[in-house]
Amino acid sequence: MILNSKHFELTINRLCYQLIEIHNDFSNTVLIGLQPRGVNLLTRVKKRLEKILEKKVVCGKLDITFYRDDFRRRESTLIPSTTNIDFVIESKNVVLMDDVLYTGRTIRSGLDAMLAFGRPKKVELLTLVDRRFTRDLPIQADYVGKTVDTLVSERVAVEWEEIEGEDKVVLFTPDLDG
Amino acid sequence: MDSLSVEHLVGIEDLTKKDIEIIFKTADAFKEVINRPIKKVPSLRDITIANLFFENSTRTRLSFELAEKRMSADIVNFSASSSSLKKGETLIDTVNNILAMKIDMVVMRHPVPGAAKFLSERVDAKIINAGDGTHEHPTQALLDAYSIRERLGSVKGKKVVIIGDIIHSRVALSNIYCLQKLGAEVMVCGPTTLIPKYIDKLGVKVENSLQKALGWCDVANVLRIQLERQDIKYFPSLREYSMQYCLTKSMIDNLSKEIVIMHPGPINRGVEITTDVADSQQAIILDQVENGVAIRMSVIYLLASKINRE
Repeated sequence: MILNSKHFELTINRLCYQLIEIHNDFSNTVLIGLQPRGVNLLTRVKKRLEKILEKKVVCGKLDITFYRDDFRRRESTLIPSTTNIDFVIESKNVVLMDDVLYTGRTIRSGLDAMLAFGRPKKVELLTLVDRRFTRDLPIQADYVGKTVDTLVSERVAVEWEEIEGEDKVVLFTPDLDG
Repeated sequence: MDSLSVEHLVGIEDLTKKDIEIIFKTADAFKEVINRPIKKVPSLRDITIANLFFENSTRTRLSFELAEKRMSADIVNFSASSSSLKKGETLIDTVNNILAMKIDMVVMRHPVPGAAKFLSERVDAKIINAGDGTHEHPTQALLDAYSIRERLGSVKGKKVVIIGDIIHSRVALSNIYCLQKLGAEVMVCGPTTLIPKYIDKLGVKVENSLQKALGWCDVANVLRIQLERQDIKYFPSLREYSMQYCLTKSMIDNLSKEIVIMHPGPINRGVEITTDVADSQQAIILDQVENGVAIRMSVIYLLASKINRE
């Protein structure tokens, strides 16, 4: 276990205040969650931010399936999720969100996909878990919930109360004997 | 896991219900893409597709071409009028010559039923059937069912009547397979001469009276009379056909419920459907065209994901 439900909430809270520190009242900032699991993070952060700021924060969901670089290199077909961005990001500050930052390839695709909706003024990246030393591309997060050092054979899973029943971040280490 | 069970799209007959659902789900995502300010995604940038049209087509070819371009595929076009077919080359030779130029996928329309299946068994590329004679036109059936799903929420349990020239229609056959797989009830309606003899073997109802058929259905899919395929006379005159089978505004207004009107195009206004019906709120003819691009993107994307580059 990397984060239990109590720390989980504290971490989300801290990320929200860090965002407010930079983006003030979010008048020129939009949040975009990457499908599928970055959207869970987006929903949580949005809810918390709106409570603190007492105003609506503009949010969108972005699916990156069609922009991936591993199309046809996988065994099964990648089936897309929905994209829902009903605003233009031209000249806006954009905060991209995903639950785990690992190789950086998803974020690379996300940056590409985002450009179909305009040219943003500035793009930042927020991630709940940053798996250090595992990057394939030169991509770093601006806001990090928790940094972990992991082996490639290990797996990090973020679980959500809405879906799995409890907020937590778990590290799975493969059985070396098996 | 979530892949199609087929390697080519030859006909709806080969697809499972799950295949159709995967195609629809993927089409939902593409429909969002084609409504963006920038309508292009890079998924197929290393795929080359040949559009081989051995028979005339406007909307299907444009729709396929747009679908391919929206996904950044490279495309080459070919139409029968300007080809070597007239010089005596066989279909296999024509296609193999094209494939020698490193083509990954072939979209083909051909006047002979079974041409797409024939090709899919013999050449090393993904084949998409864009209509083979009077056999099947799978992408049309998929977009028709998708449009019904979009308008009515689902296809299951809906009553769909296909009106007109059933015997010459690949759209009718593909539609029957597709709608039945999705759980709809299907009826065909038209003069007996234009209805195939053994069509009841497919489990569809047959009705000669347009009025009765309209009273039964939730959706009416009106087909064009394909004069170009009729080598004998199937009815005395076009005027007599339209007196009995032309869908008019008064017929629609007299029904107890509002039905959805569809047409795969091209429309012959005043023959099988009147202008006021074709342009009414109940008609989803132009939605069908828009959905056609999304459905074709979906099919091409899903089949392209099965091309192995290793």
